[in-house]
Amino acid sequence: MNTLSSKIPEGQLSEKWTRYKSSQKLVNPANKRKLDIIVVGTGLAGASAAASLGALGFNVKIFCISDSPRRAHSIAAQGGINAAKNYQNDGDSVDRLFFDTIKGGDYRAREANVYRLAEVSNSIIDQCVAQGVPFARDYSGMLDNRSFGGAQVSRTFYAKGQTGQQLLLGAYSALSKEIKAGTVKMYERREMMDLVVVDGRARGIITRNLQTGEIERWASHAVVIATGGYGNVYFLSTNAMNCNGSAAVQCFHKGAFFANPCFVQIHPTCIPVKGDYQSKLTLMSESLRNDGRIWVPKKIEDAQAIREGRLNPTDISEQDRDYYLERRYPAFGNLVPRDIASRAAKERCDAGYGVAPSGYGVYLDFKSAIERLGKDKVEARYGNLFQMYEKIVDVNPYENPMMIYPAVHYTMGGLWVDYELQTTIPGLFATGEANFSDHGANRLGASALMQGLADGYFILPYTIQNYLSDQIYQERISTQTEEFTQAENALRDKLETIMSIKGEKTVDTLQRELGHIMWEYVGMGRNAENLRKAIPMLRELRNEFWTNVRVTGDLTSMNPELEKAVRLADHIELSQIIAKDALQREESCGGHYREEFVTNEGEAKRDDDNYMFVAAWQYTGKDQEPIMHKEELKYEFINVQQRNYK
Amino acid sequence: MDFTLKIWRQESQKAKGRFETYKITDISPDCSFLEMLDILNESLVNKLSHPVCFDHDCREGICGMCGLYINGHPHGPDSAITTCQLHMRKFKDGETITIEPWRAKPFPIIRDLVVDRTALDKIIQEGGYVSVTTGGVPDGNSILIPKHKADKAMDSASCIGCGACVAACKNASAMLFVSAKVSQLALLPQGKPEAATRVQNMVAKMDQLGFGNCTNTYACEAECPKEIKRSNIARMNREFILAKVASEEDLQQ
Ligand code: SF4
Ligand code: FES
Repeated sequence: MNTLSSKIPEGQLSEKWTRYKSSQKLVNPANKRKLDIIVVGTGLAGASAAASLGALGFNVKIFCISDSPRRAHSIAAQGGINAAKNYQNDGDSVDRLFFDTIKGGDYRAREANVYRLAEVSNSIIDQCVAQGVPFARDYSGMLDNRSFGGAQVSRTFYAKGQTGQQLLLGAYSALSKEIKAGTVKMYERREMMDLVVVDGRARGIITRNLQTGEIERWASHAVVIATGGYGNVYFLSTNAMNCNGSAAVQCFHKGAFFANPCFVQIHPTCIPVKGDYQSKLTLMSESLRNDGRIWVPKKIEDAQAIREGRLNPTDISEQDRDYYLERRYPAFGNLVPRDIASRAAKERCDAGYGVAPSGYGVYLDFKSAIERLGKDKVEARYGNLFQMYEKIVDVNPYENPMMIYPAVHYTMGGLWVDYELQTTIPGLFATGEANFSDHGANRLGASALMQGLADGYFILPYTIQNYLSDQIYQERISTQTEEFTQAENALRDKLETIMSIKGEKTVDTLQRELGHIMWEYVGMGRNAENLRKAIPMLRELRNEFWTNVRVTGDLTSMNPELEKAVRLADHIELSQIIAKDALQREESCGGHYREEFVTNEGEAKRDDDNYMFVAAWQYTGKDQEPIMHKEELKYEFINVQQRNYK
Repeated sequence: MDFTLKIWRQESQKAKGRFETYKITDISPDCSFLEMLDILNESLVNKLSHPVCFDHDCREGICGMCGLYINGHPHGPDSAITTCQLHMRKFKDGETITIEPWRAKPFPIIRDLVVDRTALDKIIQEGGYVSVTTGGVPDGNSILIPKHKADKAMDSASCIGCGACVAACKNASAMLFVSAKVSQLALLPQGKPEAATRVQNMVAKMDQLGFGNCTNTYACEAECPKEIKRSNIARMNREFILAKVASEEDLQQ
């Protein structure tokens, strides 16, 4: 069955977007004022979209889960943002950025989308500079670049180790300007609780006011989901505490297809877990791999002695250290892509060479960098990261190697969207991490910020008009209709049910159990046996939630326990399709590694003949099996190759 | 480690608040302060009571969402960190820890330790931006910015909008916060065309929202988790005077 049309424009790859823009339908200024757009989420993808749409003259409402758009998790991105400016004259181009992104994604992303992303990347830098984003400059006053995440060119723009923060504050400032101008209305401390579909089109949302508990209805001509990823289904991840996949699940339940849910990125350089009380994991920027060397002891007894505190890493001589990335991948060494670095760390730890007390940790060592560059240089490059590490772990990384371990970081999967960023529900759009479109099976470093802003500033403001141009005769949508009433009542029932269960297990306990199942059985190394075990376990957990969760407090005031419970219920649903998707994909590609599908040397083995498609899942009802649709991926302009980082 | 916690509880903005005392035991020194509160909350839920509400999100010191007034200090005893970066090893075993919300008139309490800081967003909306819209901007390298200026602007731009400076100030002044944004944009050529109106509008809004005056005590600088310097305030004052002079000249013409 193939109901999916990705609406890719005809023509040469490099002409598609230009062609699209010159032939799409636009909305004239007088009509824009009559059209309402709801944007959910205020991170890079949401704030940039709302600001741009507001400036165009649409009536925009934006909903923020925290007290201010500036809290969105985009703020935590450290490394940088890619663009094909070729300011360094090192051979970069739109074509090369496109190619690197497709290859990095292990040939599981759509050519036309990725090309467009590379094409608009340069405008993003210009836009952010104009906003006053303080990008790093060199002594001539020009924008500085660095190479990042194993790229062979220096195309990453950065603002200290706080690029995400500065780009988000740029988008926030653009949004603030529109709020002042009255084109965008801001609703803070609101969480989307359902999507309202009228006659097959997205027509509004239901929110809960997290401050007062009030349930509210909002209507619009189109809805944009910019709520980020779902990494928190793993409980421990580098995502912020409030990040969640709930809004996407609500859309899934209302008919939007969910694409490639099993494509989850595990980031290799995070601070390892310390204890059961752990609430989240902290990422240490990937840029550390530019100068740090990753190793574990060669002798298993040394590893054990370190774990037991009888030996220090500095006691281990050079010849007794195993720089396993340099050994296995001499060409790229410590700079291999994230998925490869992560799996290699897990492999060493599973084999008994881990160095953290838990056994799950490897060293990231700056000794040779300090010898080569001097402590001052290392401090200038990584000082704030070292300080952050020391505050958390209480170990000085100038003297002792850092300890790192992989953790869930980003989700490439998300709501299925076509070339126009429209989901399978007309009028429902998804941008940024919430959609699936550009990163294939693995995202490259410094590409998330690029995609969020590309979608919000330069793509959606065009494509949404192609939809809205049909809507100019549609009067303002009323919230007083049957559909809204039904959605609101269903939500009230759901919340009351959760409150009335009064079971034995706290939300956190159940959330940890979910995280455990997902990490152990649907985590970094997957196999059919484990995935088959996970599915009934998840069903069981869902049962347990609906019969045994304990939520205190009340419905009509601020109640974080209730918020977490609602998200957890949705995360359990989502986890089931993650597991199913991982099971059906009988190949290893990017972040999805199936232990049965490897080469003789233990490297991931892709199966292009059978799995070169996007898996788009359709919800068919509670307790019904979801249906998987395939969008075949056609590579017309590039040669598909095997990734090789040796 | 064991602790006695004295925590401010208040059901709503209008309700009367009070301190409640809780005992908490067996806390690892490597536990973060907010994880310690998670443990407390889990035990409260197990006892069927309402957990303590507090704001938090990134838990890595960048979003500015967390903010607790701990033993008389915004973000607690350690320097240059946010509440979420504070670890229990900074306390003595058996210590009594007092936890309060930010206390400042423009930040009404929502519940327990959660306050409403949207006043800070309202100040930004008055001009904490360059008025560009999407598209139609020049190439990024057509605007040259000396490295030292860009670095300085970056330092000012590191403010995370947590409001600790306001909570630390006996006058509840938001000068450090406002001056950080004014400085960032004053240091950059992109910010120049609107510099005069920006500083005037933002300061006027700050006054209107009930933030107090700066009386040069600089508790803000001492407590700021991002080490935003008081020199930003001096720069803002200069900008403000320049703007005044400029607008008087405009009037005379
Ligand atoms: S100036 Fe410092 S204390 Fe004040 S809001 Fe900014 S980061 Fe927080
Ligand atoms: S929770 Fe984000 S700064 Fe503390």
